[in-house]
Amino acid sequence: MARTVPASTRIGFTLLAWVIALLLFSPILWVLLTAFKTEAEAIAASPTFLPQNFTLENFAAVQDRSDYFKHAFNSIVVSLGSTLLGLAIGIPAAWAMAFAPTKRTKDVLMWMLSTKMMPAVGVLIPIYLIFRDLRLLDTVHGLTLIMTLINLPIIIWMLYTYFKEIPVDILEAARMDGAELWNEIVHVLVPMAVPGIASTLLLNVILAWNEAFWTITLTSGRAGTLTAFISSFSSPQGLFLAKLSAASLLAIAPILLMGWFSQKQLVRGLTFGAVK
Amino acid sequence: MKLTPILVGAFTLALAATASAQTITIATVNNGDMIRMQGLSDAFTAETGIELNWVVLEENTLRQNVTTDIATNGGQYDVMTIGTYEVPIWARQDWLVPLDALSSDADYDVDDLLPPIRDGLSVDGKLYAAPFYGESSFIMYRKDLMEKAGLTMPEAPTWEFIGEAARAMTDRANDINGICLRGKAGWGENMAFLTAMSNSFGARWFDENWQPQFNTPQWKSTLDTYLGLMADAGPAGASSNGFNENLTLFQQGKCGMWIDATVAASFVTNPADSTVADQVGFALAPDNGLGKRGNWLWAWSLAIPKGSQQQDAAASFIKWATDKAYLDMVAAQDGWANVPPGTRISLYENPEYQAAAPFAEMTMGSIYAADPTHPTVDPVPYVGVQFVAIPEFAGIGTNVGQLFSAALAGQMSADDALAQAQEATLRDMTRAGYIK
Repeated sequence: MARTVPASTRIGFTLLAWVIALLLFSPILWVLLTAFKTEAEAIAASPTFLPQNFTLENFAAVQDRSDYFKHAFNSIVVSLGSTLLGLAIGIPAAWAMAFAPTKRTKDVLMWMLSTKMMPAVGVLIPIYLIFRDLRLLDTVHGLTLIMTLINLPIIIWMLYTYFKEIPVDILEAARMDGAELWNEIVHVLVPMAVPGIASTLLLNVILAWNEAFWTITLTSGRAGTLTAFISSFSSPQGLFLAKLSAASLLAIAPILLMGWFSQKQLVRGLTFGAVK
Repeated sequence: MKLTPILVGAFTLALAATASAQTITIATVNNGDMIRMQGLSDAFTAETGIELNWVVLEENTLRQNVTTDIATNGGQYDVMTIGTYEVPIWARQDWLVPLDALSSDADYDVDDLLPPIRDGLSVDGKLYAAPFYGESSFIMYRKDLMEKAGLTMPEAPTWEFIGEAARAMTDRANDINGICLRGKAGWGENMAFLTAMSNSFGARWFDENWQPQFNTPQWKSTLDTYLGLMADAGPAGASSNGFNENLTLFQQGKCGMWIDATVAASFVTNPADSTVADQVGFALAPDNGLGKRGNWLWAWSLAIPKGSQQQDAAASFIKWATDKAYLDMVAAQDGWANVPPGTRISLYENPEYQAAAPFAEMTMGSIYAADPTHPTVDPVPYVGVQFVAIPEFAGIGTNVGQLFSAALAGQMSADDALAQAQEATLRDMTRAGYIK
């Protein structure tokens, strides 16, 4: 029998949800509004909420100084490329761990997760030297490679968790019908796991899009992504708050839109397995 | 249609294009003068045929990136924008190419560089970086508020006068703070100001045996004066204020005085941004009659890392960006008030510049008042006015900066901050091998 919730509780929780959502959204809203203000208005001691002198000149100045489209293209290639490469490696790996585990599988999973616990700067010098020797510095394919390696543990963990929910009997039935390993994964497992793969893909695209440490350290202009683009508008001596906001807005807009349209899959992916 | 010949042709064309265009990569910070240089650099490409690939980064990110690249001989950058802190350290590590060609180029006229700036960028008499713009620090003050307080700012005031003036100018009811000073923690933030201030109180970071000196009366006097000034006449929340925050406060008429970088003079006197542009006066940083003023010395400079594969092209760019002709080009386009300051003697002798920049004379006086090779009253084993030019200083300076910022925020007493600074610095210097 469904439990009835008093109207006052429902309204209370709805209001609380709105307040929390607005609080979380407020920095992005502030960036949005500041991007259309003049520099003087952006730093006014008595801040204005809406732009009093609405202007688009910050966007023009940002594009004039730095090539937004080049950085956006690099961001798209690196985030999508690293995610697809990660899925190509992660799906067979997660299959092996979910359906053909050994007594060391749990240890391997924990080891992979532990690599995410080390601060990135701890491996900066060895990675930098490897990139230098392989001539991967400031290249989009080098950045795609490092982004794949960084996010691979998360991809495998998410897919492993999802695959564990799929009854092994279905895969065995396919095998009895003569399906080989490749067909079993491509034609049976993947179609059943599309929601999980989609949410893994979305989350990893967002993670790769927002990654700043490696994308800034390993590039010097040609392969720079939008995180490097934003960084170039931060200044220790000078007030460029409105331009910085315009650059930030341009950088987050594509991923914000993608997140908005795919929020159902994202929430499903992030909460999967939480309630059984 | 056969694809192979087309692909081979395209590949050959691509190779030819790559071979014909020489491109150098320049790492720089997002400061107004650097942005202007980026905008004017088409003239360099037109003159030399050398293409420029710009990497503009936030200061700390730039520092981390170029340090990583230079320490690993990565070769990502051909020209690096670095400061007076890095130059002596990196030159001693043999990471930088000496600018011998520039030094011996009569056209470039290296003797025209301001001596304190040139000294800060040289090691054993060799120039390792060319200054793009230089700065010291001085007092910017509101002439109207000073007059209202019944005081007259001397050209070279003492800390005692500054304390008296700051308290007299403070008007809490109208949100006027007598003085705005840096409080944000960081070796280049509050410690730049406090180290320079401490020099004028006779304090020093280390004695000649690298023993930390925070347990001396000179440091106690420095910190007590700073905290007292900020408590009586400083803005609320000052422990979060750095250059940009104080610039905003001053431009909006909330500060009676501000002691900070000379480069701020053009911002606070620009009517487009500053509400008090016509009321700003300038004076030398304060002293205590000990022979040292509380002002610093810094120069954003262009250097060539040893790992660069295009050192000649890099040198020709550095010459273009730091010689007299560049100043003329900026003046022709944006006016004399906007040329990069603090690098050349001839600029300060130029009547057009003197007329356009009312702060010119005081800026040069401040630069000459700082001596990076003899920064303190008592002798020290290091160079650097507002920093100690050793690799460990960035970490140690930021640690001490956090303690002093906490004291400013009222989270600990001045005595506790100094005692902890002494203990932490002694530990770090012992670990680093300076103290046996």
